[in-house]
Amino acid sequence: MNNLIEKIKEKCSNKIVDIQICKNNIILLIKPEDIVMACRILHDDEDLAYDYISCISGVDYLGKEPRFMMVYHIYSMKNKNRLTINVNVPENYSVPSVSSIWTGANWFEREIFDMYGIKFSGHPDLKRILMPDDWKGYPLRKDYPLEGYIPAKWTKQDRPW
Amino acid sequence: MVNTEIKKETMILNMGPQHPSTHGVLRLVLELDGETVINATPVIGYLHTGMEKTVESERYIQAITIVDRMDYLSCFFNELGYILAVEDLLNIEVPERVKFMRVILCELQRIASHLVWLGTHALELGAMSVMLYTFRERELILELFEMCSGYRMNSSYMRVGGFYLDFPKGFIDRVKDFIDIFPSKINEYETLLTKNVIWKERTVGLGILSAEDAINFGVSGPTLRASGVKWDIRMAHPYSGYEFFEFEVPVGKHGDVYDRYLVRMEEMRQSIRIISQAVENLPEGSVSINNPDIILPSKKDAQIGMEEMIHHFKIVSDGFSVPQGSTYIAVESPRGELGFYLVSDGGNKPYRLKVRTPSFANLQALPLMLKGIMISDVVAVIASTDIVLGDVDR
Amino acid sequence: MGEKEFLISNNIILTSLTKMTNWARRSSIWPMTFGLACCAIEMMATSAAHHDIARFGSEVFRGSPRQSDLMIVAGRVSRKMAPVLRQLYDQMAEPKWVIAMGACASCGGVFKNYAVVQGVDEIVPVDVYIPGCPPRPEILLQGIMKLQAKIDKEKLRI
Repeated sequence: MNNLIEKIKEKCSNKIVDIQICKNNIILLIKPEDIVMACRILHDDEDLAYDYISCISGVDYLGKEPRFMMVYHIYSMKNKNRLTINVNVPENYSVPSVSSIWTGANWFEREIFDMYGIKFSGHPDLKRILMPDDWKGYPLRKDYPLEGYIPAKWTKQDRPW
Repeated sequence: MVNTEIKKETMILNMGPQHPSTHGVLRLVLELDGETVINATPVIGYLHTGMEKTVESERYIQAITIVDRMDYLSCFFNELGYILAVEDLLNIEVPERVKFMRVILCELQRIASHLVWLGTHALELGAMSVMLYTFRERELILELFEMCSGYRMNSSYMRVGGFYLDFPKGFIDRVKDFIDIFPSKINEYETLLTKNVIWKERTVGLGILSAEDAINFGVSGPTLRASGVKWDIRMAHPYSGYEFFEFEVPVGKHGDVYDRYLVRMEEMRQSIRIISQAVENLPEGSVSINNPDIILPSKKDAQIGMEEMIHHFKIVSDGFSVPQGSTYIAVESPRGELGFYLVSDGGNKPYRLKVRTPSFANLQALPLMLKGIMISDVVAVIASTDIVLGDVDR
Repeated sequence: MGEKEFLISNNIILTSLTKMTNWARRSSIWPMTFGLACCAIEMMATSAAHHDIARFGSEVFRGSPRQSDLMIVAGRVSRKMAPVLRQLYDQMAEPKWVIAMGACASCGGVFKNYAVVQGVDEIVPVDVYIPGCPPRPEILLQGIMKLQAKIDKEKLRI
């Protein structure tokens, strides 16, 4: 565990803002502009070899600054360990896309765009994935009402038949 | 004079969202050159249910009901993953009996899920009878679930900190009966398919996914293992007591449709092995932790005692608080890595629950598998990835 | 020979046209394979050997809306799916019936949120609502029997 942290520090020390250990999980904090460079090192390095992307999640901390946080969970098939990368993202900021490093990140980033409206620069196909293309608003934002801007109705007066 | 010049014109074919072989409401936009698929683009979201948003407004105990309905073929895995995440934030260590009970239920569910996959996979390739056989055994498993939880699917049986009720009387005997008969049934399915010439013609060498591509795309589960990567979360990072059991992780060689079929068939046998070990060594004891803030008092106590009544009311109406923090827990569902990223702000509702569903990642690799094959084989490849659209769209 | 004996000996049955048409329609309702979510799995279980929907003449699941009489909306309908569902309903040939299977299709179920249509009756007319989440196969069978009883009472539509 400590070896690993040393190794990560050695490889990309100038990219990392903070390292935390939380219940056998290593959590890195990285600035949004450095994410691609850092991930490239973590992916390509032969000792670290984080070659598998588990998940990318977005979290909306409404009222805090910066507002959003993106969480990358990456995994090394060789060393069988997990690494968490936290990235704080201000509103209206374009995060560099990591889909050039892991192809699987493509849809995860599209989902975050769909749900939070966070834009990704360098993404091959950035458009809505789950919601219809003409949908208004970003559903998982905390200021988006649960029932949508147009609440679902129980009965409809203007039925089509 | 006949014009013999070959026209290079492609055709766009829209498959789904209402198509009998898309395992729900998947829509594929296929670009065809004659009968060959040049490019395929999955369009998803037709079953988007907004579960991640809904969970944020439900208490921790209510959210179990919501996550249940995500991957409806393997509801116990959703429950388990979610509950492990909550327990991780609460720092709860459950009794060993609970772990064993969870393993028994999960492995039964894995068999049930694979049976649906096998039935539909064969049905889509034109072998109707397999489905009738597999659903026969699936009913046996669903009866077991009904016996312990009161419902066939989406049972919400697992709770944070254990179970509300123990297995009913006679449940273990019926599980043993099931273990006794089921291996012969797997052989029965294999006589129908494994060496069947038509089956092999339609599956061998089709939809190949290489190991590097699979890892790069984030593919997991049997689809990854069929490509030759021996990675199973139950083995690599044991959770809920999987370290106590002996089992093997079947691996394929070629990463084609046939290998995925073989891997899943072998997985069912391994599940039986795990269940029989768990049933043999099931420890005695309590089925929940001793923490009245989280566990509901028994119904009998709540009807007689004043204290218990108040407790019951408090837990049901107000829930329990979870310390601030975040965690990521992954379990091996029948489709692959099912991860729950849970953020708590210290209140009684999840601040954010992100679910990393296996089908979502596996579906991304589908265009790669479909490239260059004939249009009639598209359904075979889709079926072999075993996607569930509820799992993709959430 | 009386009139009755004549009819019986020559295999002639007298009935009203309405009754005969309804009898024919109710005895072979062909459902469409319109599986959306959890309920679709129970719908499959209903059609499999254990519950055997064929006993009620509805085992012929059709992939095409043009060939089916009954749309079993099995599962939650999202806002993205709603126009597709309406189009499929419009493509079905008359006479056609709709069963809303399960809580989600009937009223939105546990999902009262931005994505789910709160009851499929906002989009298409529903004949039978089936409760449950998901409904057991027995209830689906009862729903089909209810629909048959409804068809029996229908006036002849031309």
